Amino acid sequence: MMCELAVNLVRRIRYYTGGVLCLVLLAPVTVTAADAGQPPPYYDWQAVNYEINAPLGGLTGVAERGRAIAGDPFGGNCIACHRLPIPEKDFHGNLGPPLAGIASRQSTGMIRLHIVDQSRFNPETVMPGYYRPFGQLHRVAAGFQGHTYLSAQEVEDVVAYLATLK
Amino acid sequence: MKAMLLVLTALFVVMPGYRVLLADEAVSGYDYLQPDMQTMQDDLFSNPGMLVVEQGEALFSSPGENGKSCADCHGKDGARLDTKHIARYPVYNEDLRQPVTLHGQIQRCWKERLGNQPITYRNDELLQLESFVRYLARGEFVNVDTDGALAPYYSAGRELFHTRFGQVDIACHQCHDYHAGQMFRGQVLSQGQSNGFPVYRFTEGMVVALQERIAQCLTKLRAEPFAEDSPENIDLEVYLSARSNGLRIETPAIRY
Repeated sequence: MMCELAVNLVRRIRYYTGGVLCLVLLAPVTVTAADAGQPPPYYDWQAVNYEINAPLGGLTGVAERGRAIAGDPFGGNCIACHRLPIPEKDFHGNLGPPLAGIASRQSTGMIRLHIVDQSRFNPETVMPGYYRPFGQLHRVAAGFQGHTYLSAQEVEDVVAYLATLK
Repeated sequence: MKAMLLVLTALFVVMPGYRVLLADEAVSGYDYLQPDMQTMQDDLFSNPGMLVVEQGEALFSSPGENGKSCADCHGKDGARLDTKHIARYPVYNEDLRQPVTLHGQIQRCWKERLGNQPITYRNDELLQLESFVRYLARGEFVNVDTDGALAPYYSAGRELFHTRFGQVDIACHQCHDYHAGQMFRGQVLSQGQSNGFPVYRFTEGMVVALQERIAQCLTKLRAEPFAEDSPENIDLEVYLSARSNGLRIETPAIRY
């Protein structure tokens, strides 16, 4: 319980300060703090016929992790706009379509492109491009510059989770 | 065929999510609240924003450095203030050759008439005075000029409202024009009207002014917020105020 609280607190700080304070707080306890300053490598992707068939960076997603990311307000936060079969979380939004059974309606490659860059489907979308190239963004806060919204691994985790929703 | 079309149109109008899409008019954030929240806003005894208004009321009649108070010019409890004029803010000031917001006018009075040290946007006193003065005009229709000298500021603000920001890369209008009435997690998205500002926000647990609210929105988009009273914020304030033209001032409103 306390651990969960601490993790949430750190996430909150990271969220509101753009990561700066979080690094300061975490520096004594984690050895990865130095790595966190380095942006992760950006894997190029290619959409063919509204699908990205190859996993980003050849990574393998884990569905359980993807489920956690989808329900995490400081992670992917999918439930803010989509209804998902995650019953332990309250108040799923309805800005986007419900995603139960998405894998029987769309191929995995299409799900991947939806997460990576939804604006390929709808230029006026309010959904963030979770792995869109970040070169042309406008006024990005200091802590988020040079980063995609989710990492390639996190995208693959969510893809793996959604692919189980048949 | 005709009957079917009629039924479809009726459905479209009746469905709550689309009511706002169809209505080509401003809808106050009040209309998106739960009924108990509306009651709380209407009942001034239970409205938490009234605390700040009452602090502003006390400040209004307390003397500044040179012994004068707001009440000396504007009458006891602002009796000589023109509420119709308060509803017109931000206004264009010919002498300064720039728009002056309500809090900007209070800042000027504070320094020039009361002889105090200047107060910045984040000062509690400024928020209290602004809340009190806007509260005096509660019930007036917002009436901001859009085609006089304010026109270039209005269109600059409109431009910003339609500009994508931050890592999330969406513009204000995409949520507040297209998706008002829909649920973002537990929150109903409103049109983002400014008629209730300064508002008491339940999510923050405090009264916030308009530019502070804009900064909160931009932070959520993972964008760098504009500095207080920067030209961008003034433009946005002009546009957002004019966008609420025709709505009644609700200060201190309650919002999520």
